[in-house]
Amino acid sequence: MTKGQPIIRFEGVTKRYGKVVAVDAVDLEVREGEFFALLGPSGCGKTTLLRMLAGFEVPSEGRILIDGQDVTNVPPNKRPVNMVFQNYAVFPHMSVADNVGYGLKVDGVGGAERARRVEEALALVKLDGLGSRRPDQLSGGQRQRVALARALVKRPRVLLLDEPLSALDAKLREAMRTELCQLQAQVGITFVMVTHDQDEALALADRCAVMNRGLLQQVASPSDLYEFPASRFVADFIGSVNMLEGALVVDEPDHAEVAVAGIDLPVFLDHGVTGAAGTTLWLALRPEKIELHKWAPAPPALGDAPQGRNAVAGTITHVAYLGSESLYEVTLPDGQKLKALRSNLTRWDQEDFALGEQVWLAWHACSPAVLLS
Amino acid sequence: MLQRPSQAPGVFAAVGLPPVVWLFALFLAPLAVIWTYSFGENRTLVDIAITGSWGNYARALKPLYLAILLKSMGFAALTTVLCFILGLPVALAITFAGRRAKLLLLVAIMLPFWTNLLIRTYALMAILRTEGLINAGLGALWGLVPGLPPFEPLPLINNNFAVVVGLVYVHLPFMVLPLYAALDRLDRSLIEASLDLGAGHLATLWRVVVPLALPGIVSGIIITFIPALGAYLTPDLLGGTNSQMIANVIERQFRSANDWPFGAALSFLLMYLTFAALMVQAIISRRSAEREAAR
Repeated sequence: MTKGQPIIRFEGVTKRYGKVVAVDAVDLEVREGEFFALLGPSGCGKTTLLRMLAGFEVPSEGRILIDGQDVTNVPPNKRPVNMVFQNYAVFPHMSVADNVGYGLKVDGVGGAERARRVEEALALVKLDGLGSRRPDQLSGGQRQRVALARALVKRPRVLLLDEPLSALDAKLREAMRTELCQLQAQVGITFVMVTHDQDEALALADRCAVMNRGLLQQVASPSDLYEFPASRFVADFIGSVNMLEGALVVDEPDHAEVAVAGIDLPVFLDHGVTGAAGTTLWLALRPEKIELHKWAPAPPALGDAPQGRNAVAGTITHVAYLGSESLYEVTLPDGQKLKALRSNLTRWDQEDFALGEQVWLAWHACSPAVLLS
Repeated sequence: MLQRPSQAPGVFAAVGLPPVVWLFALFLAPLAVIWTYSFGENRTLVDIAITGSWGNYARALKPLYLAILLKSMGFAALTTVLCFILGLPVALAITFAGRRAKLLLLVAIMLPFWTNLLIRTYALMAILRTEGLINAGLGALWGLVPGLPPFEPLPLINNNFAVVVGLVYVHLPFMVLPLYAALDRLDRSLIEASLDLGAGHLATLWRVVVPLALPGIVSGIIITFIPALGAYLTPDLLGGTNSQMIANVIERQFRSANDWPFGAALSFLLMYLTFAALMVQAIISRRSAEREAAR
């Protein structure tokens, strides 16, 4: 199969524990060779989905196919997938080489062939020469590499990773991210990762599935998730967002206007919405897409881009100085608070936009994401 | 706040002294008396002279008594093996049962402890005896088939078989509980990892579960073996004349034979064997503790 063909299919998969629905009628396809992330808050069902893929849980309803084969009731030891566990689950009573060779040994791969493949796998994760160490002599990062090598040595069709970076400290996590990406490109195996960390998912994955309360919310590339969220939940879960509730007042093929309480002029959008007048909708506006101005932006000249029309005055009520940028909380006259992120372009920016200053917020007509749910 | 004994000697003495006195007066002192008896000789019916001779120990190691000692060890070993074979699946079942089922199973395991051993043994006799429940049941089934010769009851009591059955029955909880404690501590993801890597359930049990539960398995073996070795009531009530164990012989020396010095020597021989078994356990558990500490 070539890259891009579906390798995993969930068909109407539901998992119930008593009355609790952990996974609710999920239809999902993972493509050959991609790095796929299951993302969501804890308890959203992402781990259950992964464990059903590994075979540790059996769906209450629906089917799971790997390579077109129905594996719904196939036990974990007979599936062409291998898993890297959250706590790594390295066997404490075996050396590193015995850990990595375990899966080959139980498959009956002979001594010389096994030793060669174990060496290969250890080299792949840069643990060459540490085969005789015991797990208690390894650091957390090294143990994770053992878990990776142990899974990859079996040449699975799909590698499953359960919160692979959550147990590492910040610096190591950063380095391991890059390495996981390189590793995946090198071995060409499909990776399916579970994470609650949106940064991790955005940085690593080719595509992400966002889940909430057992339901699949959106499946898209990281940039589409961020820029074109499908729902308020996704917009809010991925990154930071200002959520403005409004009513559709003008809806033309090439532009629309939304009345938002607390903002004098209707918010102008550079595209149509195709909804009935008066429809309630939400505008998701990312903080970095809001500009801060000391004075009112000039009203647009006739025929100009209409972005200047999206402006509102307010008072800075909080400043979080983050070094490269600052996060401002601006309170509008009606008490509504908006977050705006601004790069510190000069060394004097914090003085220009200080606590208590009157400022103007402005944004492009294309910046808000329009959400109907 | 936790303090060292030297910081509060009064408190330490008040709390520590009574148990020390208790242990000394009621355990160590009688033990010392018995120990001196083991080097003595009977002079009259009630008078024992401490002569310092090793004669009692020499006699204890004569083939007659050595054979009984070895037979006792054989019974205890067989009991331990059977308890392990029966107890491991039980302990596994408790470990992987749901919360409610786990509690029920644990209570079921402990339940016999709340009943007197004597009563339990008599109950076992009622089951095993010639006219007992098993033979009566088999006889009734036998009678259903026409044309068979009259039913011959199985010899289920007053023999080695009955002793081993009784010992296994009494000691099974001693095996199950330490096994369960060890298995329950086991990280489930290690078992899942083994399955994920292609191992079946038996391979996982053998290559992952048993090695990691080894300290608990050793504890279970020791805790079963030691009391089984010194069992008195079970062979006394369920065994025949040929299935006596060392504790029955010791009892006879102290009572009907009225040979306390020889009984004392046999007792201490049994105790040294027990110490040896405990030493093996200490060595194994220290080794695994070192491995754990290094982690």
